[in-house]
Amino acid sequence: MSHEDLLLEVADLHVYYGAIHALKGISIRVPKGSIVTLIGANGAGKTTTLSTIAGLVKARSGKIVFNGQDITNKPAYMVNQMGIAMVPEGRRIFPNLTVYENLMMGAYNRNDKEGIKNDLEWVFELFPRLRERLTQLGATLSGGEQQMLAISRALMSRPSLLMMDEPSLGLAPLLVAEVFDVIKKINAEGTTILLVEQNAMGALKTAHYGYVLETGNIVMEAPTTELLNNEQVKKAYLGVA
Amino acid sequence: MSARMFMQNLFNGLTLGGLYALIAIGYTMVYGILRLINFAHGDVFMIGTYLAFYGVTLMLLPWWLAIVVAIIGSAAIGFLIDRVAYKPLRESPRISALITAIGVSFFLESFAVVVFGGIPKSFLKIIPNFLKKIVTIGELRIQVLTFFALAIIAGLLVLLLWIVYRTKIGMAMRAISTDIPTTALMGVNTDTVIGFTFALGSALAGASGIIWAMRYPQIFPYMGFMPGLKAFIAAVFGGIGSIQGAMLGGFILGMAEIMIVGFLPQLAGYRDVFAFIILILILSFKPTGIMGKKLTVKV
Ligand SMILES: Nc1ncnc2c1ncn2[C@@H]1O[C@H](COP(=O)(O)OP(=O)(O)OP(=O)(O)O)[C@@H](O)[C@H]1O
Ligand SMILES: [Mg+2]
Repeated sequence: MSHEDLLLEVADLHVYYGAIHALKGISIRVPKGSIVTLIGANGAGKTTTLSTIAGLVKARSGKIVFNGQDITNKPAYMVNQMGIAMVPEGRRIFPNLTVYENLMMGAYNRNDKEGIKNDLEWVFELFPRLRERLTQLGATLSGGEQQMLAISRALMSRPSLLMMDEPSLGLAPLLVAEVFDVIKKINAEGTTILLVEQNAMGALKTAHYGYVLETGNIVMEAPTTELLNNEQVKKAYLGVA
Repeated sequence: MSARMFMQNLFNGLTLGGLYALIAIGYTMVYGILRLINFAHGDVFMIGTYLAFYGVTLMLLPWWLAIVVAIIGSAAIGFLIDRVAYKPLRESPRISALITAIGVSFFLESFAVVVFGGIPKSFLKIIPNFLKKIVTIGELRIQVLTFFALAIIAGLLVLLLWIVYRTKIGMAMRAISTDIPTTALMGVNTDTVIGFTFALGSALAGASGIIWAMRYPQIFPYMGFMPGLKAFIAAVFGGIGSIQGAMLGGFILGMAEIMIVGFLPQLAGYRDVFAFIILILILSFKPTGIMGKKLTVKV
């Protein structure tokens, strides 16, 4: 793979929380236009990986390069302005803001009224239910609606890379399928996606390439078609004996 | 109490309440975002009056321009206090910022004593003559200054609500008050928004100080202590973190203070105690205040 085709490259990333060594030198490559997934059990370091890329957590060492630019340890707001948006773990909807305001927070640094309007229409197409909830406070939404809003809010910044932290968590099975469908749709429209999931089956079926994270180390990486057939992955993550 | 006295007290209570409300907003906005009681806030109230004073006496500005400059100066000082004293402590335990706040308050008061002098200064020069005139409505005699004060207070409160609920930066302020990291993920420079919040609250405190000094025309380095404390109680009473609560709390406290003394003049000596009784009562029976929601502990 040539370097121009890489949107994000994480190289030998080490992250500590005090004495806890949460990421022990992980490397990830996300090609432009792809869906890459990072799967792993509780506490493996998935959220830490995304938070460090996003600029919320500082890296001790290693390098994060996005679109050819070094973004290691840049503050979160700058990372977002460079084109990375995140759907955080637990959705993190602003409870005291209306649905519309939540969406506008996503578009905070944009001034192109027309573009914002078009993107609003786009997210309403993805999630028609949000249109009916525009004036409602974020806190009054159901869990599923909050997830839709969190995804839409991230899209409103028109990111070139969308990072999603367990978007299927806590959703009813029907909605889980819908979320994975939407991820494919968003990707088909040109957005590169880095997807973190505990729902390994859903993630591997959605993504093109996958990494398996265990206690701060990448223990396996391969195209998802291979991972889906790998005996170890099947046993540990897909619940197939 | 006669009807005339009652009306007189009503105007006084409204004005005093409005002045408390203006200060209380700054406490509540900063607390809402940083969970920090900015003890230096009452001192910005004091600095604002000196800025207006020197604007007229030293820089020879017209009174209204001196006031505008002093309000902008107060905003700048609030912004600086955050940058210099609180911003370096964002990641530190909350108690560090709290102790720093007390330090900043002492610093500003000592600074005022050294630079402005400890002897009270007369603020009368700053008050234009037309504001000193008295209007008679029936039996009621009211200073033009009272109407001026009420108009400015109302204007500032409306302006504040407009900023918080109708502008982009206001939206970011509300977002930040529930979730700083997620606001940063939206591409918002949260330090800028926090700095803006300090500036806004300090501008209101400065304005409150100047109106206060026009009504009680003596300024001195410790003049911000009592009004600051009472406005803080008003913010707690209204529900700390809630802007509408701070407004309501300010008006209730100011009105209660004036009315109790008005109805029971023999208690006038205890005037400053009422606020603390209210504080003790609210903390005992409804610690979240009248408009407050239960604050979620931030992780
Ligand atoms: N703020 C923090 N302070 C201290 N330790 C932390 C912090 N956040 C995460 N950790 C630790 O770092 C490790 C990785 O956590 P992380 O949240 O990245 O895992 P995860 O893969 O996202 O897990 P989950 O699937 O439960 O969300 C864990 O051992 C966790 O306890
Ligand atoms: Mg996680």
